[in-house]
Amino acid sequence: MDGLCERLADDLDAAFPDLVRALQDDMYSALRSLVGPEAEDLTQETFIRAYRALSEYEPGRIRDLKLRGWIWTIALNLGRNHLRAKSRRPVLVDREIEIRSDDPDYVDVNAWHWRLQSLPPRTRRVVVLRHVVGLGYEEIADATGQAVGTVKSDVHRGLEKLRQILEDES
Amino acid sequence: MTAHLNSPSTAAVESRLGSLRVAAPTSLLTEVELGTGLVDGYTVVASPVGDVIVAFNPSGVSAVDLADEGFADRFRARFVRSLVAAEPPSIWVNRIEEALDRGRPGLLPIDFRSVTPFQQRILELAATIPRGQVRPYSWLARSAGKPGAARAVGSTMARNPVPLIVPCHRVIRSDGKIGNYSLGGPENKWELLSFEGAEPDRIESIAAAGIRLLGSDTTGVFCFPSCHQARRISETHLRRFRSESEAELSGFRPCRICRPG
Repeated sequence: MDGLCERLADDLDAAFPDLVRALQDDMYSALRSLVGPEAEDLTQETFIRAYRALSEYEPGRIRDLKLRGWIWTIALNLGRNHLRAKSRRPVLVDREIEIRSDDPDYVDVNAWHWRLQSLPPRTRRVVVLRHVVGLGYEEIADATGQAVGTVKSDVHRGLEKLRQILEDES
Repeated sequence: MTAHLNSPSTAAVESRLGSLRVAAPTSLLTEVELGTGLVDGYTVVASPVGDVIVAFNPSGVSAVDLADEGFADRFRARFVRSLVAAEPPSIWVNRIEEALDRGRPGLLPIDFRSVTPFQQRILELAATIPRGQVRPYSWLARSAGKPGAARAVGSTMARNPVPLIVPCHRVIRSDGKIGNYSLGGPENKWELLSFEGAEPDRIESIAAAGIRLLGSDTTGVFCFPSCHQARRISETHLRRFRSESEAELSGFRPCRICRPG
């Protein structure tokens, strides 16, 4: 990501694929945990929206962007809107999350998706960003617009809740 | 083991969450590039002149070209973007077939960003020429309100990014001869015109005799030779003219359908 804002400001079309390469695994993993089977479409949509927005920005504005936090905000909003729209529609058969070759055998992706769904949305978001993606608290605060302290306590509360869920299951 | 399962630690939760991080599907970057228009998709479609590629991006269909081994290089040289094989948006699939069939865009959006606004206007006018008929460069120039721009019309046809869909094969030289064609050369223009029933041999032989317009002495109307009104005139009533002024001096008026004057 080093110097990427600079390169995007200089030549958006040339540098944009590098932005996708740098963030696609993080973004896809996060949306898969948060939203489920539609993660691929939503990840694509996040980048397409980011591109359209960047193509309207002055180079100076692109240089000054907190790029990661800015894109995460787009992704999180799309994910939240998607879940909201989904909750308004009756779902007959919920699609399962497709297992990928790099998923470890011992982790049930769908079970974890449902465990995460039982957390309040704000908590779920920061737990996923911190522990699935591995973002720092500062970046999470940029992405969610929360104070760092709030992010930390939400992550802590979320982990404790998940621990209890696991305990109740066994 | 049992004790551990009975009271899992938050560290265990953290480690399980960490293993939910996976690589994005390999197709994702390409899909993003297609969705942003950084690359164009293409699909191969059959046509009377052989297989053609139809290239598209979010703005519309950007190019039609022969599906030979050089199309990807030609596309990159002209549009400065790459092509990847892809499915067009589902609502465009039928529209692409219809546009190629009819030789006009219809409801299919066309990406005209590769030409100037004037060239776009000329191409849109060319798309109004009915199937099976032809019009000279000078007619397009006059219809665009620039009667002196016949040469610019000719170079616009050569730059037509979407031949077959914008039917530049229906645009002929101002002297009535069939002329050149950008999609593989003049023989393809003959092929397409024959396929549409425009009878290119007839058009060419009329032009070779110096005849530009045909009139009927029963109606007093003159037409371009390919106008379907002109093709219904019987030999006994047929009048041949070398120019519009000759027709008008003979008391004929221009056809309101093919608008030769």
